[in-house]
Amino acid sequence: MSTRESLSSLDVRRSTHSPLITLVGSVVLVSLFSVAPWIVPAWFASILMNFFILVIMATMWNLLAGYSGMVSIGQQAFVGLGAYATLFFAIKGMSPLAAIPLAALACGVIALPVTYLLFRLRGGYFSIATWVVADTAMIIIGTVAYLGGGTGHYLPGLSNFDPVSLTHVQYLASWSVALVVVIGTYVLLRSRLGLVLASMRDNEVAARSAGAHVTSARRIVFIVAAAGCGAAGAVLAISQPFVQPGNEFSMSWTAEMLFASMIGGLGTIEGPIIGSVVYFVLFQWLGQYGAWYFIVFGSLAVGIAIWQPRGLWGALRDRFHVELLPVGHWVRERRSAK
Amino acid sequence: MPLLQLEHVSKKFGQVVVADDINFELEEGEAVGIVGPNGAGKTSLFGIISGDVRLYGGQIHFVGQALERMHPSVRCRSGIGRTYQVPRPFENMTVFENTLVGSQQGAVLRGRKSHEAAFSALERTGLSSLANRAAGSLTLMQRKRLELARALATQPRLLLLDEIAGGLTDLEVTELTGIIRSINAEGVTILWIEHVVRALLSTVDRLLCLASGALVADGEPRAVLASEAVRRVYLGDRILNEAMDS
Ligand SMILES: Nc1ncnc2c1ncn2[C@@H]1O[C@H](COP(=O)(O)OP(=O)(O)OP(=O)(O)O)[C@@H](O)[C@H]1O
Ligand SMILES: [Mg+2]
Repeated sequence: MSTRESLSSLDVRRSTHSPLITLVGSVVLVSLFSVAPWIVPAWFASILMNFFILVIMATMWNLLAGYSGMVSIGQQAFVGLGAYATLFFAIKGMSPLAAIPLAALACGVIALPVTYLLFRLRGGYFSIATWVVADTAMIIIGTVAYLGGGTGHYLPGLSNFDPVSLTHVQYLASWSVALVVVIGTYVLLRSRLGLVLASMRDNEVAARSAGAHVTSARRIVFIVAAAGCGAAGAVLAISQPFVQPGNEFSMSWTAEMLFASMIGGLGTIEGPIIGSVVYFVLFQWLGQYGAWYFIVFGSLAVGIAIWQPRGLWGALRDRFHVELLPVGHWVRERRSAK
Repeated sequence: MPLLQLEHVSKKFGQVVVADDINFELEEGEAVGIVGPNGAGKTSLFGIISGDVRLYGGQIHFVGQALERMHPSVRCRSGIGRTYQVPRPFENMTVFENTLVGSQQGAVLRGRKSHEAAFSALERTGLSSLANRAAGSLTLMQRKRLELARALATQPRLLLLDEIAGGLTDLEVTELTGIIRSINAEGVTILWIEHVVRALLSTVDRLLCLASGALVADGEPRAVLASEAVRRVYLGDRILNEAMDS
């Protein structure tokens, strides 16, 4: 067996098709979204802005639940903390835009000790504990008079923008954070850590005994998701510059991330984005019916969980064998003539 | 210093004793077989060594290091590779990615080196032509090979094999024992649980027998099989009689 020879020609690719399609598509999309507020009507830019916030959150929730089996129902903790971190830095005199990365960082730092508490619990207990964490965070923030207590506080630092450029700034903040989060998630899932996450999702015991530090991998994901949701909270505060505990720590953020990622398909990068599109399209139809839209979304999510557990994107992918953001490893062995 | 050292190792699942004061040592480079009736505690013993099963009493040392408080992933990285009796492939990943987890995590290799180690583990076990197949689509025999490939990719010093020859044809058993002997010849210590005693006898130079969690025999394979203690355990057992006839 000529092991050496075949090895020297081992070629590992990360995609079955040419990455050119993905690349060209991405460049076009990124350019379009970057100039959108100057070409689409203001109401549509505002929908896009909220859509990006949901994409950030759903992408993070998918990383938690879809990739690492951590069903958090308390992710609003980090949305709220991110918004309040932004408020804090803005009160201190910093530009809210510059505060976005700091708010994300703060949430990541807060998440670290939280993992030592939460990771003692499994399954449903873990989920309930995340919710307790979120409520605790909301109650504590509500007592801080400096941050407006229970009634809330205006986000300072945006008054030097005229109304039109303010909407542009809000849009661009939301869009650029979404872009960074999606690209970051893609890079993470293509990395060695991504391979570990995929393996532990399939068989945790085997992943451990093959050398994977499963708990550390989970911890990293929890911290990343906290930072991502913190950034979403920062963008949220910038987009609606009145920061209030009941809104920023609302359970409905988690409900939205959950719906969007489940409808689109857990365990793929594309799924939560597709799910967010569906969410916003439906919202335009059903938003006027008040609480009904939650009932419709809930039923849709449950229906998909039962009949199409891989979500819309999973179904599309299985049917058409497309993969926009591939993360796999494909071996091509170039056989030598000998 | 022995490679692996078990002292007074014991473990119970509720009332079931799966390890009853087990003592033995493995020297680096040995190939050792384990036999014993169903439910004797063989798989549990592997779990205790690899870290999947928490020890109840006693001590284990690997290259002089105490293992009791070490996580399974750390034990793997320090050189203990294992296969599972009931294969545990990463079903939604390709065959190559399965071994890549072993080479990147267990052997802590990066980039091209990790690809090469993962692929050579597949070549070694005859799976290289299936590299891009989803592991979930493999047959049972291929899954068992993948167990071996993934463990090999972690570049172990001690390889724990749990019934990887069961259900194979004579030809396949011969091929498999050839692979295992060549791994052993490279200095990897082998501890191999197998009901197919014929496969063991062609490979190991020492045999342990477990019964009801206790180590009832330890020594030269044929002498162990012929011993009174093992005869009692296997009273009238077809497998043993076949092995002794061969
Ligand atoms: N996680 C567990 N919880 C409770 N009991 C267990 C557990 N694992 C194993 N047992 C029991 O421990 C005993 C020993 O099981 P083990 O799998 O170690 O035996 P074995 O020697 O490998 O058997 P076989 O030859 O059938 O593979 C059995 O009675 C089994 O039912
Ligand atoms: Mg067993």
